Parts: sequence; structure tokens; C-alpha cells
Amino acid sequence: MSFKSKIFFDALFSGAYLKGALLALVLASACQLLAVVLGFFLALSRLGKNRVLRRFAGLYIWFFRAIPALLLLLIVWNALPQVFPVFRSDWYSPFLAALLALSILEAAYMAEILRASIMSVDDGQALAGRALGMTPSQVMRKVVLPQLIRIAIPPTANEYIGMIKYTSLASVISLQELLTTAQNGVSATFRYSEYYAAALFYYLVIVSVLMAVQARVEKKYAWISTKPNNVKKELA
Amino acid sequence: MNLIDVKSVHKSYGTNHILKGVDFQVKSGQVKAIMGPSGSGKSTLLRLIALLEPLDSGSISLNGTLISGNLDGSPAKHEHEKVLALRRRGIGMVFQKFNLFPHLNALENVIVAMTTVNKTSRADAKDRAIAMLERVGLADRMQFFPSELSGGQQQRVAIARALVLSPQLMLFDEPTSALDPELVREVLRVMEKLAEDGMTMIAVTHEVGFARRVADEVLMFDHGEMVEALPPEEFFTNPKHARTRRFLEHVQ
Repeated sequence: MSFKSKIFFDALFSGAYLKGALLALVLASACQLLAVVLGFFLALSRLGKNRVLRRFAGLYIWFFRAIPALLLLLIVWNALPQVFPVFRSDWYSPFLAALLALSILEAAYMAEILRASIMSVDDGQALAGRALGMTPSQVMRKVVLPQLIRIAIPPTANEYIGMIKYTSLASVISLQELLTTAQNGVSATFRYSEYYAAALFYYLVIVSVLMAVQARVEKKYAWISTKPNNVKKELA
Repeated sequence: MNLIDVKSVHKSYGTNHILKGVDFQVKSGQVKAIMGPSGSGKSTLLRLIALLEPLDSGSISLNGTLISGNLDGSPAKHEHEKVLALRRRGIGMVFQKFNLFPHLNALENVIVAMTTVNKTSRADAKDRAIAMLERVGLADRMQFFPSELSGGQQQRVAIARALVLSPQLMLFDEPTSALDPELVREVLRVMEKLAEDGMTMIAVTHEVGFARRVADEVLMFDHGEMVEALPPEEFFTNPKHARTRRFLEHVQ
């Protein structure tokens, strides 16, 4: 057997891998957060009465679902600075390029998830809110949003986990994330299995943490009175 | 003075003429029961009074103040939703399918509009919500979520949710139609008590017993028109319109 566990553990506990894993996590989280916010406004635009906004949101979703993530990363990192001189400065790092590319791409997918979530909240809910004298924004915040969040949690968690792995595409624009770190190790030593296994380990850890977080959030949205934290609140 | 004054109200959905010039008035403290087959326009009328939908022409006034449409018969213009939200405050509405907020427990369902719409402090709102839930007989169900309540309990929470905002007028849109027979009475009892306390009410209902006991007048709707408006005794024993007689054969 040619799997040298010493190489594996050295890689696993090296600063480069930990940094790579943190970078992947931070980048994916920032991308997903931006995508949720942008996607929410795209979803509202698509469902709204304003024709211009509706058309814009439709075009946006069409375009960014059509373009491959790898191609968009290359465009944003290589082509953008050629066209717009403002991107030629030092501040334009691979991290920012990846953040820009992956969040605008993901927003198109989140827009559709959130549009479906909004549509699946019963019409009678907004009606009841309005009948109580709530304004449209109060109806959205107090009535529709909490309900659509519950519906959107599982597909959004899916996207978030996917995003962790999408960040590995940013290795093509020389971002020092997990996969790039593994590749660096491989190209210096040709020990494929040990370095790839170390990268795999970190992906497993990150996704496990995210799944635990998802389970907790879903519990919070269970809407039953027997939740332990609910009972505690009442006793307090 | 009339609390609510509905004058020659017309409403269409596309080519479907739902209300064809409806006139009626409700005095403060009166209870009107509305009956009629589905599609006769009775639920639409309630939604128009609740300002949940715009009317095409005609007018609705609350306490002498025009709240929807125009008095001169000209087509109504669409009001901004924010303006309507303010005007709706004097009117409470209860729906056939309860429409409780599933993410809030019974207590929070009653609190939420007080704190967001009326900006009542949370402590005051909570006290008032508790008192209101006690009044509809749900003191022991306040922490339960809608999914954990029976239909009758949900509808009583919905009534409390509307009542706690101290409306001048309560609208009921078939409040017991979605309930199992044995749960109908607990809801009707709450509504009857409300009427005894002097609340002005318009109830679309097929509960003959309720209409007989509580209503000052029963209205019969058919094909978008009010064909009959009589005191309950006369309405159920000696209706003038043939359409009413045929309808009553089905509900009695």
C-alpha cells in the first residue's frame, strides 16, 4: 500500500489546508448570503406588478443560469479588467473576483427558489394580514417572510453546500482555497491520495457542520408548542 | 346614523358581473345575516366592505365617511394599499378558512396586529390578547400553534385576533362552513355573545338557528342582487321571493 499516513496527517494539520478550508467556508458563506439577498429582490421583482422589473429579473435569471460557473469566473477575473480599467488595480483580488462571480450566479438560482417559496405561502395569509390593517411591507415581514423561510430552508441549505464545492472552481483563478492547496501538494510530491484525502476530509467537516446548523434552524421553524426552548421561554 | 352604508355597488371580475347594484345599510349594534347560493356575490360584498378589493362603482361609507368608491356614480379609482390599510382599522374580518398565521401561537396571533399596526406596547398587547382569548374560551390554549388546535378553536382565535383591535364592525365570511358539525356551536356561541354585547355584525352564513336568534334582518342574495331583506321570523316563515323559498328548502 502506498498511502503514507504521515504525509496525510502532515497535510491535514498544515496551516495551508486550514487556511484553504476557512477560505472556502468564508467565500461560500459570503456568496450565499449575497445571493439570498439579491435573489429575494429578483423573486419579488418577478412576482411584482412592475413590468420593467419583471422583465429585468426574467432576463437576469435566464442569463446567469445559462452561463457555466467556470466560464463566468474566467470572464470576471480575466476579461473584466481588460474591458473596465477600474478592475486593474491591486484591490481586485481572486477572492473578490470569485465572490462577484459566484454570488451573481447563485442569485439566479436563489431567485427561483425564493419565488417558489413565496408562491407556496397560502393567499389567505396575506389577505388576513391586510384585513388586520397591515401595510404591504408589514404583511411581508410579519406574515409571508417567516413562512417562506421555512419552505426555503432545505433547498437553500442544498445550495449553500453546493456553494462550498463551487469555490473549488476558483482554483482556476489562482485562489488559494482547498483544492488549490491540495494541487500544490500534489505537484510538488506526486502523492495524490494523501493530499486529496486531506482536502476531502475538510470538505466532509465543513458540510457536516452546515448540516448540523440546518437541523437546528429547521427545529426552530417547527411551529409546535412542545419545543423545549419554547417551554423554557414561557417558564421564564 | 348608519354605521355602514352600501350604495349601488357594482363589481365585475373580467366579464363576470358579480355584484349588480347592491344597496343596504347597517345601523350601529345591528346584526345582518346574508344567505344565498355560492356565486351570488355575498362573499365578494364582504371583501369590498373590508376594503380587500376595489369596487367598480358605487360607494361604501363607514360612520358617514366615504371609505370606498364615489358617491356621484363615477367609476372608482384604485387607492394605494397603504391608504387602505389605515381605513381598514375600524373593520374586523373573519374568514371561512380561519387564515391564522401558522408560524405564531394563538397568543402571538392575537398580539401581532396590535404591536405592528397599532404600535401598542408588547406588555399591553399581551394583556389585552390574554383577556380576549379568555373571552372566547381559550385561556388554556394560548401557547398552542394553529396546527395543534381544532377548527373551532382556530376560528375562535381568529375572532379574538380581529376583536382585539376594537373594530366598529365585524364581518364574518361563512365562519362555520369549514367546521365539523360538532365544532360549529362553540363558534356560534362566541358570535352570539358578541352580538349581545352590541357589536355590529354582517355575517354570511347558512346557520338558520343563528340567523333566527341573532340577526335583525336576513338578506337573500342571488346572481349579484339582493332579492330579499326581511326580519328573520318573516324571512324563514313567509319569504316573498320565490328564489328565497327554493333556497330555504335546501338549508332548513
